[in-house]
Amino acid sequence: MNQKELHEISSRHQVNDHKARKALIAFISAGMLAVSGQLLNDWLMIYFSKENAGILTILFFIFIAAILTGMGIYDKLAKYAGAGLFIPITGFSNALSSSALECKREGLIYGIGSNMFKLAGSVITYGIVSAIIFSLITYWVRML
Amino acid sequence: MTTLQFKNVYVKSENVIVGKLEKEGPLGSYFDDYTCDPYLNQPSFEQAEIEMNRLCVDKCLKKGKAETVDLIYAGDLINQLCTHYLASELKAPFVGLYGACSNSALTIGHAAMAVEHLHMKHVLAFTSSHTQAAERQFRYPNEYGVQKKECSTSTVTASGAVLLSNEFSDLKVTSFTIGSVVDWQFSDVNDMGKAMAPAAYQTIMTHFEDLGRTFDDYDLIVSGDLGKIGYAMLSEMIEKARFQLENKLNDCGIMIYDINHQDVFCGGSGCGCSMAVLLGKLFKDLRSKKMKRILLVATGSLHNVFLTQQKLSIPSVAHAICIERS
Repeated sequence: MNQKELHEISSRHQVNDHKARKALIAFISAGMLAVSGQLLNDWLMIYFSKENAGILTILFFIFIAAILTGMGIYDKLAKYAGAGLFIPITGFSNALSSSALECKREGLIYGIGSNMFKLAGSVITYGIVSAIIFSLITYWVRML
Repeated sequence: MTTLQFKNVYVKSENVIVGKLEKEGPLGSYFDDYTCDPYLNQPSFEQAEIEMNRLCVDKCLKKGKAETVDLIYAGDLINQLCTHYLASELKAPFVGLYGACSNSALTIGHAAMAVEHLHMKHVLAFTSSHTQAAERQFRYPNEYGVQKKECSTSTVTASGAVLLSNEFSDLKVTSFTIGSVVDWQFSDVNDMGKAMAPAAYQTIMTHFEDLGRTFDDYDLIVSGDLGKIGYAMLSEMIEKARFQLENKLNDCGIMIYDINHQDVFCGGSGCGCSMAVLLGKLFKDLRSKKMKRILLVATGSLHNVFLTQQKLSIPSVAHAICIERS
């Protein structure tokens, strides 16, 4: 049996990944999250300035996602919602809190401290890199 | 010739402990003990796996009424093997083996070699896997909300121990085929069944060739943990080689869970999977005279997390052991 033959056999055996269904559920769940965020934001604007209300809304979602992660509920929700919970700020919060939880037995320094950004680290690294690149571009454009 | 034959290796006792999901599966009633607590009253999943092994080995030795063991072979999936932590308590010569999920056949095969060729009286073989510990080791943190691919498999929480001896009993280990490592350029770590199927195929063919046997000589041939896709691929490869399967091929990863109703994607995986099915279900079937001779082809995906990230493909291996009713 050669490699070509094997890969031909393997290509015949696939499972349906239900990509369209997953995308639809992600769209709906992220939409619902956004609507609830907007409602919360509108309510908070009664008591706070527009800027502060926005920050508080984001903080609320980060807090809730971390709490749900700790309670072991977030991953079950994310199994269905997929990108709907992964792409918003809740996904970032979950990446941090789940890594921290997983490593808590290794202690504060070698466990939580060094592993907390294991998954979210690339978001921060490339966030900074792209911020530098785009700020340079903006700087040059303004010079012209 | 990579198949070793044994004349004088008997199964003295065995014990299996499984987790909650495995207990709820179709083979639930076959297992000796189960635990609903993934921590087993320990502070971490790794320590829970050690504790699960401790309970399993203790009970196996008690069942076999063996006060001392001459040699131990064991393995698991955790880095540098967490069984070493238990080994220091067992006070017997110890060999830790790593063959990923093929550990079950690998440890039993080596134990059989020690009984037959080193003339030892009691040799213990045990393996384990723990779903949360493996998840952390190979994939993501357990609480990380990520959608898994449909082709992935779910690691079985189970520990299995078997005591082999040269004293006559109802079951015997008659042959051990040491598989060679194959790499056919499959590189998706979420789809290990496909990478392992060619290894299982090669080991089955080598075993047949060495002993001049076919499917007719066995009541059942089970692969270790190929899952739904890998199993389908193996079946096709064997049929292509003009062998009649006649419902004699199955997969432990499919048998241990109800893959249509339990949330396990393509089936079970891990060293505990094939060990639990072999010691729990298949040994009982052999004893109850439902079957006379079976072959376990335990498959292992030998990938290293760093090297797969460096875009190397997955080497895999399969070892086979033949168990018969005496």
